[in-house]
Amino acid sequence: MTGHDELPAAARTRRLEERLIAAGLSSDDEIDEFLTKLYANASPVNGARMAARAWTDPAFRGLLLAEGNAAAAELGFSVPPPDRHGYQLRVVANTDQVHNVIVCTLCSCYPVSLLGPSPGWYKSFAYRSRTVREPRAVLAEFGVALPEGVQISVWDSTSEARYMVLPARPAGTGALGEDRLAGLVTRNGLIGTALV
Amino acid sequence: MTYPAGTRVRVRAFDPDHHTRMPRYVRGQAGEVVAALGRWPLPDDSARGITPPRVQTCYAVRFSAADLWGSGDHTVTVDLWESYLDRA
Repeated sequence: MTGHDELPAAARTRRLEERLIAAGLSSDDEIDEFLTKLYANASPVNGARMAARAWTDPAFRGLLLAEGNAAAAELGFSVPPPDRHGYQLRVVANTDQVHNVIVCTLCSCYPVSLLGPSPGWYKSFAYRSRTVREPRAVLAEFGVALPEGVQISVWDSTSEARYMVLPARPAGTGALGEDRLAGLVTRNGLIGTALV
Repeated sequence: MTYPAGTRVRVRAFDPDHHTRMPRYVRGQAGEVVAALGRWPLPDDSARGITPPRVQTCYAVRFSAADLWGSGDHTVTVDLWESYLDRA
């Protein structure tokens, strides 16, 4: 018997879908509709806009860190709560003392609507297992060298919460407007595997 | 909410043969509650088709790398449902 873990990911996914459909738990139409909605407006541009607003508007920053879903709604992004196929958005802020990085060790949980489809490496066994164990080494491989005194805080997304990093605003950007600032924020910056 | 932020908790020694969202690397470990996130259905029940599933508070719990791995100066915060935890 061929183990299903030897198949390409797409074939494994389809087998799982077929089992769910055969069990009467879903249908092709339902899966298509869900995926279409999931990816329709999903982009890291959304997360970047939220970060730039937080850098320029202290009240928005406070809301973003306390109630991520409400902050997303304020910018027109729909992030439904967990009981409506959504998630609880939790945003963690980088400071001079703390650098945050997100991971999902159990699978690949990720705030898709605000960050776009997750990169392949985010789903890799190497990233998922090593980030909780030796994040400083993982970040160094991404080219992120943190000063010795900076504490690394890893967030493992094991529940209905999805995490996003609010990068620190780069020095020397005081004159830039919100749109220009948003252009500086990268997807990896919102995951914590890059500085902005 | 049973465990306010700041409470020391310990993850139960727990190795079920069904689905759970308790990652093995925190089993038996002590950490500190950072926040109560919300009350959500317990995935251990939902995945087994138990209706209705138990609905419990889920907590973000912070562990030190030194406790988890014996080395390292970082922290790892894991979301854990109430029935995975005891007061430490």
